[in-house]
Amino acid sequence: MSTGSPELVFRARGLTKVYRMGEVEVHALRGVDLDLHGGELVVLLGPSGSGKSTLLNILGGLDVPTAGQVWYHGEDLTAAGARALTRFRRTHVGFVFQFYNLIPSLTARENVALVTDIAEAPMTPEEALALVGLGERLDHFPAQLSGGEQQRVAIARAVAKRPAVLLCDEPTGALDSPTGVRVLEVIERVNAELGTTTVVITHNADIARMAHRVLRMADGRIASSEANPTRTPARELSW
Amino acid sequence: MVSALARKALRDLGRLRSQAIAIALVVASGVATLVMSQSTWRSLELTRARFYADYAFADMWAAVKRAPETLAARLAAIDGVQAVETRLVAPATLRVPGFADPVRAVVQSLPVAGAPVLDRLYLRRGRLPAPNARDEAVLSDAFADAHRYRPGDRIQAIVHGRSQWFRVVGVASSPEYVYQIRPGSAFPDFKRFAILWTSRRGLEAALDMDGAFNTVALRLRPGVPAAAVAQRVDALLARYGGIGAYARDEQLSHRYLESELRQLAVMALLFPAIFLGVSAFLLNVVLTRLVGAQRGQVAVLKAVGYTDVDVARHYLGIVALIAAGGALLGVAGGAWLGHWMAGVYRDFFRFPFLDYRVGADVVASGLGVSLGATFAGTLQAVFGAMRLPPAEAMRPPAPERYRALLAERLGLQRWFAPTTRMILRQLERHPFKALLTVVGLALGCSIMMVGRFQNDAIDYLTQVEFYVGQHYDIAVDFTEPTARAALFELGALPGVTAVEPYRAVGVRLRHRARSYRTAIEGLPANGRLRTPMDVALRPVALPPDGLLLDAYLARMLGVRVGDVVDVDVLEGRRRTLLLRVAGTVDEYLGARAYMRLDTLDRALGDGALVSGAWLGAEPARQGAVMDALERRPRVAGMGERMASLRSFLDTMAESILVFTLVTLLLGGLINFGVVYNTARIALSERSRELATMRVLGFTEREVGAVLLGELGLLVLAAVPLGFAAGALLCWGMATAMQSDLMRIPVHFTSGTYAIAALATLAAAALSAAAVYRRVARLDLLAVLKAQE
Repeated sequence: MSTGSPELVFRARGLTKVYRMGEVEVHALRGVDLDLHGGELVVLLGPSGSGKSTLLNILGGLDVPTAGQVWYHGEDLTAAGARALTRFRRTHVGFVFQFYNLIPSLTARENVALVTDIAEAPMTPEEALALVGLGERLDHFPAQLSGGEQQRVAIARAVAKRPAVLLCDEPTGALDSPTGVRVLEVIERVNAELGTTTVVITHNADIARMAHRVLRMADGRIASSEANPTRTPARELSW
Repeated sequence: MVSALARKALRDLGRLRSQAIAIALVVASGVATLVMSQSTWRSLELTRARFYADYAFADMWAAVKRAPETLAARLAAIDGVQAVETRLVAPATLRVPGFADPVRAVVQSLPVAGAPVLDRLYLRRGRLPAPNARDEAVLSDAFADAHRYRPGDRIQAIVHGRSQWFRVVGVASSPEYVYQIRPGSAFPDFKRFAILWTSRRGLEAALDMDGAFNTVALRLRPGVPAAAVAQRVDALLARYGGIGAYARDEQLSHRYLESELRQLAVMALLFPAIFLGVSAFLLNVVLTRLVGAQRGQVAVLKAVGYTDVDVARHYLGIVALIAAGGALLGVAGGAWLGHWMAGVYRDFFRFPFLDYRVGADVVASGLGVSLGATFAGTLQAVFGAMRLPPAEAMRPPAPERYRALLAERLGLQRWFAPTTRMILRQLERHPFKALLTVVGLALGCSIMMVGRFQNDAIDYLTQVEFYVGQHYDIAVDFTEPTARAALFELGALPGVTAVEPYRAVGVRLRHRARSYRTAIEGLPANGRLRTPMDVALRPVALPPDGLLLDAYLARMLGVRVGDVVDVDVLEGRRRTLLLRVAGTVDEYLGARAYMRLDTLDRALGDGALVSGAWLGAEPARQGAVMDALERRPRVAGMGERMASLRSFLDTMAESILVFTLVTLLLGGLINFGVVYNTARIALSERSRELATMRVLGFTEREVGAVLLGELGLLVLAAVPLGFAAGALLCWGMATAMQSDLMRIPVHFTSGTYAIAALATLAAAALSAAAVYRRVARLDLLAVLKAQE
């Protein structure tokens, strides 16, 4: 997939999010406009508190903006109810979290099956785990896997339903550099092979080199949006 | 100034408030049952002691056929006897206008001069009869209340076959008749049984007993053994037809009262134990969770210099607040329930006063026991907090290890969806916790079984005793053993379809050191109207020789089939017989022996006599038959089989209903408390996991199913266990409460199982619904950011 595919997946206009933390109002987003295209791998950079996660959560249907609108393939997510958002997540979105969030009582295979059981046209858990290079560790419980392995299971779980979008919030934040690279390789591969529109949040500027496009956020706004003229393969990254 | 740690305790409690309230309610239930039964029990004990003392309840009684009044002095001279009072006592039938059923009565004489010295009357209204007023009578209060008799009313009695009108001058109760029950009856019936106290002179004339008595009451000097005195009394009365002296332990009213008090004592122990056990378990679960979640805080406390004891005191303080809150509520609720229960007993037992008081000691024991139980339940968690080294407490607990289920290792995994496996592995990971939850729920379910048990037992007992074993319509008692010829006369009454005689003779059965005073009933060999039965409700054929003993009586005497018992006949020729035990029967009421009528006649050697008869009657002519019977002097009384029973059930219906509702409520509280707490803890322990599932696109309902499915399985497992526990509990209660007066059958209707199961499920569903609402409020965002 190349940058700038004509298919518009997400379109956001004027996204504003205000939290009330006790007496204080926190402006997490201050009018964000954003277009995301099919097959794009976007890296979202920015310091903590810049609004990255809030934006990701709104795109993923986990949160709703205080003002502004988001359309997913022309469907207004801001007008959707909780039930519709659940359906949206269930059908279209794959999430990868910093702390993996695997179910400790389920094996790798079962953590993936948890999702494939409720998806419409999923791959098998075995296929998904093979995709992330864990075909050999199907029946291990999370406690028996390393951090990197757990994160790859989480990615397998996220992509097994063949989602249209993969949203990764600091996927390497809890991992050392070589392990993190392996995880990024998987994300890169999913993006390339499945054409999944992918957003990766990080505060690690090195990772930006693998993106089609890099968005920098500061103080609740998108400060810049730059296309990468040449992408660096994930395996060549290090930090 | 409230210390910081105390503030923390209060705030923790505030955060846990809904769980704390659920637990406090269970504690309250336990303390309420404790206070209720203890206070009622003590109040009854005290009231009884006071009534007995103030109204000179006698220590011994003896009935005799006819003894000269001069014998009184010789009885008084017996060593150990302090006071003697002779009486005339006779059966009678009363006629109550507008009330068709026959009313049986005991007419009892008052001393010639002055008020009774023993078994004195407590006059609720009116006065005692004037010494020479032969037509004045005092009426027993329960009967007077049931039919609204007041001093000044007139009442017709048939005494010794003669109709006589009495003027009611007073309404009274007596320590002799605290339990106003007709001799030979199983249940009290205030509408159909009365005691009439009247002047000695009048009754002497009616019974042709001038200068004679047929009953004597004695007061013994304190510490004098009753058996020795009884022997001397029997020796003096034997030639006048004495049928054996008996002490308080064989006095009817006293025995019923005693057995009722014993039942209360059992309840006072059993119910609070269950509730407080469950509370201890719940607090254990909650506190373990709290300490687990506050490992970091514990570490900080210790790091800044709080001692292990401070930490322990802190957590025990939280427990104490919950327990004390529950206990105070329980004391209030228990006092209220006790007040209600005392009212029920007041209706049943005719105490002139029943001071219901919740003693400070009862309150103290309620508080003490609840604190003790809850502390004991939480010690493990508190010790856990004490033992945590500060450094380790700073680290999160080691991740839990899961493994494949046994069923999966057996290759059955394809049957389980991942969500099902989450549920099953959670259970397998914490089998002990699951077991405790199941036990808690089962206890709740079992308490609901107990609530219906009383109802079922009475239903079953009446079915067996009154429908299966008795087929007569009217029972006729003669005033004394009568020649068989009387039966022809009964059979000739228009409307009578069947007549079967019986003979009842007072005996003392002895086997080795044990003895028991009862009656042998002689029944016709192929009788149909009254059939003793075995435990499977099969009629037991009367053996040509020997005795059939009630199984309970056989156990009391320690005899088996084939053994020989000594039988002291207390009437007639007063023979001592040696009779072989030929078999046993299982009855729920009384402890009697049966023989074939002809065998009994032969053994007694006084001819073919009968004490009464069972009659079958055409339903439409029962009234006429009874009218005809009433006019016969030899007929002491008669009763319709069902009338007393109906009346008893009416009396009991309300209190049984209330008891059932209360136990349903209490059992429901336990189940609510258990499910609510377990679910809340599961929710907090697994909120991260559940929120992750929500993020992955699982609906609230699906996530709720994972959380509550586990509990659902536990509830389903608990119901059959609850049935078993309930049956065991009821069996235990029935065993603890059984006496020679009554054995309580342990028999449940399907309705009882259904109600216990449904109420258990309903309580669980209610608490699950309360927790389910919280699934909707899971914070999806926060949980993804934080590491465990």
